[in-house]
Amino acid sequence: MNALPTRKLEAWRYTDLRPLSALSFGAPPVAVAVPDLPELPFPRFVFLNGTLNPTLSTGFAYAKPFAAPPTFGSQPMAAINAEHVGGGINIEIPVGQDAGEALLVSQADGVTPFAYHPRHRVTLGQGAKFTLIEIDEGAGTYWQNAVFEIEVAEGAVFQHFRLQRESMEAFNTIFIHADIAAGASYEHFTLTLGAKLSRTEIEANLLGQNALAHLNAAQLLGGTQHGDFTTIIRHKAPNCPSRQTVKSVLAGRARGVFQGKIEVDQIAQKTDGYQMSQALLLSPDAEMDIKPELQIFADDVKCSHGATIGALDEEQVFYLRSRGIPEADARQILIRAFLEEALEPVTHDASKALFEEVLESWWGRQ
Amino acid sequence: MSMTTEATINELATQKYKYGFTTDIEMEEFPKGLSADIVRLISAKKGEPEWLLEWRLKAYEAWLKMEEPEWARIHHPPIDYDDLYYYAAPAKAQPKSLDEVDPELLKTYEKLGIPLHERAALAGVAVDAVFDSVSVATTFRDTLAKAGVIFSPISEAVREHPELVQKYLGSVVPVGDNYFTALNSAVFSDGSFVFIPKGVRCPMELSTYFRINARNTGQFERTLIIAEEGASVSYLEGCTAPMRDENQLHAAVVELVALDEAMIKYSTVQNWYPGDADGKGGIYNFVTKRGACRGKNSKISWTQVETGSAITWKYPSCILQGDGSVGEFYSVAVTNHFQQADTGTKMIHIGKNTSSTIISKGISAGRSNNTYRGLVKIMPGASGARNFTQCDSLLIGDQCGAHTVPYIENRNASAKVEHEATTSKIAEDQLFYCRSRGLSEEDAVGLIVNGFCKDVLKELPMEFAVEAQKLLAVSLEGSVG
Repeated sequence: MNALPTRKLEAWRYTDLRPLSALSFGAPPVAVAVPDLPELPFPRFVFLNGTLNPTLSTGFAYAKPFAAPPTFGSQPMAAINAEHVGGGINIEIPVGQDAGEALLVSQADGVTPFAYHPRHRVTLGQGAKFTLIEIDEGAGTYWQNAVFEIEVAEGAVFQHFRLQRESMEAFNTIFIHADIAAGASYEHFTLTLGAKLSRTEIEANLLGQNALAHLNAAQLLGGTQHGDFTTIIRHKAPNCPSRQTVKSVLAGRARGVFQGKIEVDQIAQKTDGYQMSQALLLSPDAEMDIKPELQIFADDVKCSHGATIGALDEEQVFYLRSRGIPEADARQILIRAFLEEALEPVTHDASKALFEEVLESWWGRQ
Repeated sequence: MSMTTEATINELATQKYKYGFTTDIEMEEFPKGLSADIVRLISAKKGEPEWLLEWRLKAYEAWLKMEEPEWARIHHPPIDYDDLYYYAAPAKAQPKSLDEVDPELLKTYEKLGIPLHERAALAGVAVDAVFDSVSVATTFRDTLAKAGVIFSPISEAVREHPELVQKYLGSVVPVGDNYFTALNSAVFSDGSFVFIPKGVRCPMELSTYFRINARNTGQFERTLIIAEEGASVSYLEGCTAPMRDENQLHAAVVELVALDEAMIKYSTVQNWYPGDADGKGGIYNFVTKRGACRGKNSKISWTQVETGSAITWKYPSCILQGDGSVGEFYSVAVTNHFQQADTGTKMIHIGKNTSSTIISKGISAGRSNNTYRGLVKIMPGASGARNFTQCDSLLIGDQCGAHTVPYIENRNASAKVEHEATTSKIAEDQLFYCRSRGLSEEDAVGLIVNGFCKDVLKELPMEFAVEAQKLLAVSLEGSVG
């Protein structure tokens, strides 16, 4: 197997994969768990332990047979994926087609530790529309190392919403590569709740004028969880906007990471890049590491980023208390407001409802 | 751009680096290259005690095992460390008083505008001037001595106050901290030593002027400033070098120590020769500056205006160890033509209720690259720590690059960290407004850039602020149009 990246690599300085390399993974066990699938009335792909389950899956008009994928340069996790790749979805939305929504569920049952490396591909023709809701979940110890290849042609719109609620013993790493053509948009949101260690890495290329990328995330971590959201947005054409909001709430001894790089090529005049990352530390042992990075070679640009890390704003707590709300309640209200805000970038109603329900139950467990 | 503007700019460009003259005086140089013997020679030349020689040799050993760092966004042909002179000094014997200083040398400093002569008392600044490897004169020593302040070349301090030097040298920046600190520790030749005893407010601003003159020399100065309990000092540093086609290396180390309630303000106007408009020549400025706020409520403030050097690699940092200690970093970095700057700061919060402020203004023009790279680290014990960071970049022209690489690491929930960064160009409407009031395009840009940098420039001592504003304008000449 290709070696796992180490912290000596700049892109991995905050995420240590040694707990992963300490494990040995066998063949996927036969999955017996019946997935408790969400009540979403969309065509669905259900993978059990990395294999598409035909009984639980429905048909989808634009699904193509799984195709051997290209490799992605030097990205170390993609290289490992390429060595072991075992299946995935391959969706092609034709020109001008509004393909509605689809659901992708990856469920793992790690009674004995195993690893699976799915390779998904979604392409949208000119002016097409598609929304994919992805749910990663499971029980026991396993490692999902996915690669997602996305191509959005001129004027097309792809919305990609991910809910990562893997088992607390699991490892989840995903590398997403998106090429976005002129006037097209890629809207991404990941909600990270599960996994002992997870990393979502996205590389989005804005290739034509007015291409748009929204790469948003919320991470809710507790215990000894480690969650990493890493993105690179490459502005390779003029007039492209990019937006990012990343919110983290960290309890227990959790550690959150956000690394967001915006690259603006010389040709990419009139770039409008904005990035905001905020982290709320709820426990004295939590840790947040942020590295927002700008690399700019064009002069007529507007790029900014902001980052805050801290506990709840005591002035806000005081305000609520002065209105007669007990301190504990005041704190709860503020944390919930922070989380609600995190969901703002999700513009798709059914997905938003799903995320809200999940937040509610996470909240109940705290 | 109109023909007249172009002509004016060409004219300005040729006179641009006015400190680019050389001084022809007899120099004493050691053979080129670096070896344990050269280290011994330097040490012997300065009549150093045994412990310092040991220290240097240990540094040299460490350096041999290290590799040049590659993580910064800078590019240069490999440096041949064997092709450098590690010691160059005016050949005449050490002067005892100003009257004995080589008149050629005095003329040089006069050209640079340094108030070396005590008749320049009006300037009210005590100056230590370092010419290539040795300190040539230190003014106002009597006044300072009366206050109990020690301000002398570090080589002299080694002889006269060995206990102080031995106690603090390398205590903030360890010998093996990085490649260039190891190199500096092995071959450092001179620099300034400042000691402000308990409760003393230094009666005047202290200043060091560095100048590289000899060809193919590296300048490795070492500065050590100690402010005891309740002491305070403001220290200024200026740098120039002649215009030469080959690159010259400058690898300095500056260490600051602030004990309880002490305050050190360190200001730099760095105007080493930046190379010509085609990127030929210029100084490689690879500097490690670090201050330790050891005592409670101590404060260290770095202010830098970086306009010179072909390459700048420099991260003045604060270790905020004492409870309630304060670290500040105010920086303006201007790059034009082919200059490269990778500069920023590190704020390490260890003590409770420590606070830090970072204001960084980067301006890129021509074909230059300007990077802010910084770290804010809140350790678990730093309850109530506070950081505010603002990094703004301004781009002039479409061939240059502006980059921001901040690292923010927070391990304490009661700490509050805020970071903001923006990148933009000079707004057309601002330019138009200024021009409609009759300002030329160049003046308008100068005015806007000065406004952009105001938050930093206002931190400089007054004499420096004026000089810095002029420098900014000169550095950006030829970048508009």
